[in-house]
Amino acid sequence: MSDAILDVKELEVTFKTPDGNIHAVNGVSFGLKEGETLGIVGESGCGKSVTMMSLLKLIPSPPGMIKNGKGLFHGNDLLKMSNEEIRHIRGSQISMIFQDPMTSLNPVLTVGLQLEEPLILHLGMTRNQARERAAELLNMVGIPNAKDRLGDFPHQFSGGMRQRVMIAMALSCSPQVVIADEPTTALDMTIQAQIMDLVRRLRDELGMAIIWITHDLGVVAGLAQRVIVMYGGFIIEEAPVKELFANPQHPYTLGLLGSLPRVDEMGHHRLVSIDGSPPVLYEKPNHCPFAPRCKWAMEKCWKENPPLLGIGIEHRAACWVDTRTGSAR
Amino acid sequence: MAEANNVLLRVDNLVKHFPIRQGIIIQKQVGVVHAVDDISFDVKQGETLGLVGESGCGKSTTGRTVLQLYRPTSGSVIFDGVDLVKAKGEELRHMRRKLQMIFQDPYASLNPRMTVGEIVGEPLVVHKTASQKEIEERVANLLELVGLNPTFSSRYPHEFSGGQRQRIGVARALALQPSFIVCDEPISALDVSIQAQVVNLLEDLQKQFSLTYLFIAHDLSMVRHISNRIAVMYLGIIVELADGEELYLKPLHPYTQALLSAVPIPDPIADARRERIILKGDVPSPVNPPSGCRFRTRCPIAESICAEVQPHFREAKPGHFVACHFAERFL
Repeated sequence: MSDAILDVKELEVTFKTPDGNIHAVNGVSFGLKEGETLGIVGESGCGKSVTMMSLLKLIPSPPGMIKNGKGLFHGNDLLKMSNEEIRHIRGSQISMIFQDPMTSLNPVLTVGLQLEEPLILHLGMTRNQARERAAELLNMVGIPNAKDRLGDFPHQFSGGMRQRVMIAMALSCSPQVVIADEPTTALDMTIQAQIMDLVRRLRDELGMAIIWITHDLGVVAGLAQRVIVMYGGFIIEEAPVKELFANPQHPYTLGLLGSLPRVDEMGHHRLVSIDGSPPVLYEKPNHCPFAPRCKWAMEKCWKENPPLLGIGIEHRAACWVDTRTGSAR
Repeated sequence: MAEANNVLLRVDNLVKHFPIRQGIIIQKQVGVVHAVDDISFDVKQGETLGLVGESGCGKSTTGRTVLQLYRPTSGSVIFDGVDLVKAKGEELRHMRRKLQMIFQDPYASLNPRMTVGEIVGEPLVVHKTASQKEIEERVANLLELVGLNPTFSSRYPHEFSGGQRQRIGVARALALQPSFIVCDEPISALDVSIQAQVVNLLEDLQKQFSLTYLFIAHDLSMVRHISNRIAVMYLGIIVELADGEELYLKPLHPYTQALLSAVPIPDPIADARRERIILKGDVPSPVNPPSGCRFRTRCPIAESICAEVQPHFREAKPGHFVACHFAERFL
C-alpha cells in the first residue's frame, strides 16, 4: 500500500519466560491509511496490544524481543529508530490512549502539568502557552470548567472524565495516528457511549487516523471502517467493517460473532460457543493456530499454516476451508 | 406485587446501608452509603431474573443481601415461605443449602491452596450431608456435569484457565443441589469465546435441575439473552422491571432507554440505524443521592417535580413495573 502512513511488515515478537519463549506476534502485516479508523479485534493474549506497543518501542526488553519485521511510518522504520528518535514521534505524531486511565495517569502530578508536558517538549511552547492550550484541550473533550480543573489531580476525576483527560493528552500535539488500546473496556456502558461519541466527533473534526484495539466486536461495528481479527499472534481475517459483519469467512470470526448475544435478538437462540481455549504459543505453529478448536479443520490445516488469502475486495482470510461450502478453498 | 403460587423468592422493601465511619480509636459514623434503597421484586420458580446496572448501582449488594451474606438494614427476603432476614443460626445454615452463589472473579473465588476436589466437596463437608466416599463420588459427578474431567479433582486452581475455573465455581455451587443460585457477573472476567461456553452451561444446568437464577451483570445484551425478566437498577433502586422482550421493545424509563441505546450491536448496519441517547455526566455518589428521582440529574426529560417527589415504583401495565413520573408518555 503506497498511500499508507503506517505500514507494518512481517512483525514478529517473542517474550522470554521461564517456561520458554512465547511467540506473541507471528508475522503480522497491515497498513493504515490517512484518516482511517482501523479496528483490531481479538481475545486476551492474541497479540493485538503487543503488536502496537512494539511499534512504539513500549515493550519492555528483555523479556520482550522484536525478532523480525518493519514498522514504516512515512517510510521510516520505527523499529530501527533509537530511543531518542522514537521519543520525538511517540506522543507527537503517533500517540496512545490506554485502557486504564487511573494507572496511566501520574497520580502525584496535576492533570494540568501532565497535559502541558508534551506541549512543552514536542511543540516547544512556553509554560503559559501550554497552560492555555491545555485548558482548550480539556474543553474540547467535554470537561466542564476546564480552566479550574487543570490544578486537580487524577483521583479527583471519575473514570469517564479521566479517560477524557487521556484523550485530550493523546490529541494535544495533533498526531496523525492515535492508537487506542481498549480505551472503553474499564468504563460503564453509558460512559462508553459518551467516549465513543466523543471520539467520533473528534475524528470528524481533526481527521486523524485511529487504530482501535478491542475485544468487543460491537464497539468495532460502531466505529471502525476496516477491521483486523487476530488469533494466536496472527491476523486471521481482514475486511472493511460492513463486509466483515455481512460475510465473515474465518471460522474464528464466525465463532466470535456466534458467541455474542445481541440486545436486539428476538426469541431465544442458543449461543454458538467455540470449544477449548485460546492457545499459548511456545513455538511458532506449523499448522493453523485455530485448528484445535475448529469444527471445519481438515488434514491440510494440521500440515500447513494458511496465509491470508484474498476472498473479495479488500477481504482476506487465513483459512484453507471455504466456510460457505465447507470444502477446501 | 401480585401474589402468585409459583414465586420462589420474594424481596420486599429491601434496604442496605453501609455506615461510613471516621476516627481511629473512637469511631464516629459520619454518613451512610445508600447501596440498596427500598427495592421489591420476586423471582418465580424456574425463571432467570436478570439484574442489570452500572458499577456502583447496588446490583451485587442486592445479590449478597438476598443470600444474607450481608444482613439487610431493613426489609424482608422470603424464600420458600421462610423470612431469611429473621432466620438465624441453624435455621439459616439449613436454608443456605438451597441458596448458592457463583462469583465474578474465578481467580479470587477459589482457594489456591485447596485442590479442585476439596473446593467442590467443601459444601458437602460443611453441611455434613455425605460420607467421605460419597463426597468423592459426588465431586466426580459434579465435575463431569460441568464439562471437566473427573480426574482433575487432585489438581489446584492455578492449573486451569479462566473458563475452567468458572466451571469449578459452578460445580461448587451445585454441590448441595440448590434450587436458587445468584450468579454475580459470572462471565465478565472471561474472554468472549469462553463466555458463551459458560452461559450455555448455565442454561443447560437450569433445564436439567430446574434451577432458578438471579443473574447479575452490567452487560445488557447478555442479560437479555439469558433472562426471562429483567430488572434495571440505578443508584440503589430498581427503576424498571419487565419481561425481557417487553423491556427491549417498550422501555418506559429514560435510563433504560439510554442504557439500551448504549449497548454496542455487533452489526454496523443495525448500529448506524438506531437512535443514540448519550447521557450527560456521571452517576452521582450513593452517599448523597439526589432528592426526588435519583436519575433526574442525568435525565433528558426531567422536570421540576422530579427533584421534589420520588416516583413510586408502580405497575404501569401488567407485569411492567417502572419508577418514573412520565412513564405513561412512552406507553
